Amino acid sequence: MSESLFGEDVIVRTIARLVAPFIQLFGLYVLMHGHVSPGGGFQAGVIIASSFILLALALGLPESKERFKKTIRLPMESSGPLIFALIGVTCILAGGYYLQYGIAFLFPPAVVSAILISAVEIGIGITVLAMIVTIFYAMAGD
Amino acid sequence: MIWGPDIFILAILVVLAIAAVISRDLLVATVIFSGYSLLMAVAYVQLNSPDVGFTEAAVGAGVTTVLFILTIARTARMEEDGS
Repeated sequence: MSESLFGEDVIVRTIARLVAPFIQLFGLYVLMHGHVSPGGGFQAGVIIASSFILLALALGLPESKERFKKTIRLPMESSGPLIFALIGVTCILAGGYYLQYGIAFLFPPAVVSAILISAVEIGIGITVLAMIVTIFYAMAGD
Repeated sequence: MIWGPDIFILAILVVLAIAAVISRDLLVATVIFSGYSLLMAVAYVQLNSPDVGFTEAAVGAGVTTVLFILTIARTARMEEDGS
């Protein structure tokens, strides 16, 4: 699938290009509101990854790959679990258990909990985004 | 609790599942499966589980459908006769 599925159709290409940033913005919203509303890191990663899949279907695989290069994807795949583990170990160092969010650490426990949960969600989202896009690129060819 | 919409959604789900299984054309089966996932997401939201419905709509109806279609493009479209 090196060529676009829709050839040089102006309507499809333009709409895909216009809609992709809004999909990514919605993904970021789902990511940052994961702890108070439906959603979370995994769903946000899948939503943002689907915008790159849309770009690959409409504009062709090389143009989508150019926007999300392997040199960016590889560090993102590994940094997510690293963020997750570092936050877990930070909770141990602050005197709690692994991933025990509700600890008093410079701020009240509720604030610390909100910050740490958001950070863990961001780590999950980064990994899921990079992994799903990588799986799609690997299956689509090249 | 309103029973009507739930039973309607579940009945369509059963029909779609049977259609996806008996279809010989794997591309048709994939598209039916995508519709199945979308209705399943509606059923999850109906059951007060929007989180699972969110995941089902994004992964089931979106990503896996694309991956299945890519797999069909790389292999055969029609199902072979099993002996």
